[in-house]
Amino acid sequence: MKYTVGIDLGSTTTKAVVLDDESKILGRGITNSRSNYKVACDVALGEALNSARFGLIDAELERAGVDAARRTLWLEDFDRHFREQQYRLSLRRLGETLGRHAREEADARIVVPLIDDVISAMTAETRELFSAGANRKSDFFRDLAGSRYLPIAEGFSEQRGARFDRVAGLFDKAILEVENATSDDEMFSKLARAALVEASGATRELREAVERAADIELEQACCVGTGYGRATLPFPKEWIRSEILCHGLGAHAMFPDTRTVLDIGGQDTKAIQVDDEGIVTSFQMNDRCAAGCGRYLGYIADEMNLGLHELGPMACKSKRNVKINSTCTVFAGAELRERLSLGEKREDILAGLHRAIILRAMSLLARSGGVKSEFTFTGGVARNPAAVEALRKLIFENYGEMKLNISTESIFTGALGAALFAHREARKMQAQKVPA
Amino acid sequence: MSTTALKDRSQERQKQMIAEHFSRLARSGETGEKSVYTFVPGNLTELVRNFDLLPVLPEINALQSGMRGKSREYIGLAEKLGHSEDVCTYVKCDVGMMKSGNVGPTGERLPSPDLLLLSYTGCFTFMKWFELLRQEYKCPTVMLHVPYQADGQVTASMRKYIVDQLVKKVIPSLERASGKKFDIDKLREQMRASAQAEDDLVWVLKSARNKPSPIDAYFGGVYYIGPIFSAFRGTHDAVLYYKELREEVQERVELGLGPVTPEGPMEKEKFRVVVEGPPNWTSFREFWKMFADEGAVVVASTYTKVGGTYDYGFRHDPDHPLESLADYCLGCYTNLNLPTRVDVLCDYMREYSADGLLVHSVKSCNSFSAGQLVMLGEVERRTGKPVGFLESDLVDPRYFSAANIKNRLESYFQMVAQKRDAASSHSAEAAR
Repeated sequence: MKYTVGIDLGSTTTKAVVLDDESKILGRGITNSRSNYKVACDVALGEALNSARFGLIDAELERAGVDAARRTLWLEDFDRHFREQQYRLSLRRLGETLGRHAREEADARIVVPLIDDVISAMTAETRELFSAGANRKSDFFRDLAGSRYLPIAEGFSEQRGARFDRVAGLFDKAILEVENATSDDEMFSKLARAALVEASGATRELREAVERAADIELEQACCVGTGYGRATLPFPKEWIRSEILCHGLGAHAMFPDTRTVLDIGGQDTKAIQVDDEGIVTSFQMNDRCAAGCGRYLGYIADEMNLGLHELGPMACKSKRNVKINSTCTVFAGAELRERLSLGEKREDILAGLHRAIILRAMSLLARSGGVKSEFTFTGGVARNPAAVEALRKLIFENYGEMKLNISTESIFTGALGAALFAHREARKMQAQKVPA
Repeated sequence: MSTTALKDRSQERQKQMIAEHFSRLARSGETGEKSVYTFVPGNLTELVRNFDLLPVLPEINALQSGMRGKSREYIGLAEKLGHSEDVCTYVKCDVGMMKSGNVGPTGERLPSPDLLLLSYTGCFTFMKWFELLRQEYKCPTVMLHVPYQADGQVTASMRKYIVDQLVKKVIPSLERASGKKFDIDKLREQMRASAQAEDDLVWVLKSARNKPSPIDAYFGGVYYIGPIFSAFRGTHDAVLYYKELREEVQERVELGLGPVTPEGPMEKEKFRVVVEGPPNWTSFREFWKMFADEGAVVVASTYTKVGGTYDYGFRHDPDHPLESLADYCLGCYTNLNLPTRVDVLCDYMREYSADGLLVHSVKSCNSFSAGQLVMLGEVERRTGKPVGFLESDLVDPRYFSAANIKNRLESYFQMVAQKRDAASSHSAEAAR
């Protein structure tokens, strides 16, 4: 089966969207691997293809007459088991890589068995981590494994007189190699089969569907890259598109009546106007300074010792309006501490910070030609409820009632646009091959 | 390759003219020649040279320092001396150069000014800049106040106001500085030479109406305006330079050739754009290459009109020398009001069959940048063509973010292409 793919190489994450022949979304993949763009690309594509195979399993089940409710239930359960197997595989790789590095340490005698024990302890927790209804901090292996490795290793280091900073340093070294391991078709089959063994409730229909889906050969017809790292991709120039065009087209595909798009990504903010076909008519971007973009929130989260996804909900609890003027990432920490020392509440300061970001975006929107209905908000920051709330309020104050679209998959908007461009390219190539 | 040889001829001549000029300036201590510092917009080059005074243009020195990679150091020095980050970087670059021994673009020392001639055409910073220089050099200063074209036209009283200042203030100051008497017949001769060079320059700029355009009217254009906007208007050298340049461009038109870029001759013209705003000088070649890589040619630019909007018909007039100097000063681009600038941009879009407008906004220059976003929106509304906005600076390398600018440019050109494709597929459908 032929597929086309769009890859969005962002500054924080790399996203891939895979489409089928009819330009329907087959799968999505995301990675936070940042060591090199080629690897990030492969990892995201591998993830997207895995997710595409879930789509194929779903289609197989549908063909076998399984109703939608059962399909959802079965696939959710299977997905959980599949992820657990992925996690176990990565954990094994992590153990091997750590072991290799540990053997080079001066106190290898202590560190090597210590690492083994840490990995064993982490492996023992895996079942619970992926149990039904469990709340995982992140979907990225680096975050998940890191959040367990460090506390466990610290405890063991203290008990056995090992230097914790060295043991923690080993993780930083090893994780790069592990998270950069790419997946392939064979790996999918292996993991899927292992997941089926574990999924005690898996039905015959599901088992057959998985087998059939795993056997489908996926052949790439075209790949279009976008995002900051696009120029480094090993693609011909025609297969590289600006993220402005991709976000415009992606937003149009998600919400066809979109006329204005705001994208707040890791290091840039874009205000885009599109026509009724998703063609960009004008755009504005932040200048060389990335103040007030996604990384700003990441930095604030670090300063507050919170997860990025915890910022928004906390800011939403604010009852008081704290005015923050600077959206300079470098000054953010100082501003934050100053406000805290003045006795302001964390949630109120956070709400102020979110508002400050959106105010900057409002100025770009105004520059690009204002906001027209429907208005679609994309990018990582669109996942943040406090940012959305501030935006909704400011849009209403400045432009009146407006339909605001936010997709749960908004982070994939650029990759989706790129995939649609890839689909068009593939069509063109096909047309050239087969003269009408 | 006759084209290369011809191209070299005008370039070589310009290089030689500049070298000779700076060498005269460097030797002025021995020869006793006197110098006048003055600015490009509203410059009175013929008048200065009428007294055999040598013009020095601090803005040009600053941009040259930027191109030679010296501006970072000069700006740093000026900031150390107390000039804030927000001050125009031309000023800081010039102050830094002055404080570093006043070595000019050719590596030779520049003389201290015998007179500061401030032609004030709306740039408040120019006034402050010369205050700093006056403090440093303690030399006589004379200011020519040029009224702003607030209503979009030149009136008889505006012209008279300038001529009066020329007669009562500027000419006597030049006489004092040089020890020579004003010679109106010589001025008429100079004006004749100016007008001749101006005719050829306009011809060259208008050659961009051809498809493909034989010139890049922005990145290439800044070289073409060099002699006429700096020290050479009204000279025989300038007449020869523009005559040669015209012949070279004429040949490119006949051969159907595009412009020569830093990467060699442009193979295929894919986009024709109008650019508003000065270039970035510290990354000039890189900036140009970003256009050339996309197959984009600038067919008209407003920056090449900072020293006069000749393409609208103005010529220095030997029969009315002082009045035409007045009109010249009034007509420089930054002295035009915003509605006129919008008109100019819309004219260019039409006249040069441009695909769109790009505004390069520089943080240093409010004379240019103020109102640019409003202009952008208005041009988009009137022409229906895609517009784009870039931001950097004149000579402060810290303000040129290559990745960001490249990203915007690529996005812009892809947007233009996408709109063009959509329009052509719609018209194909309509024809079916």
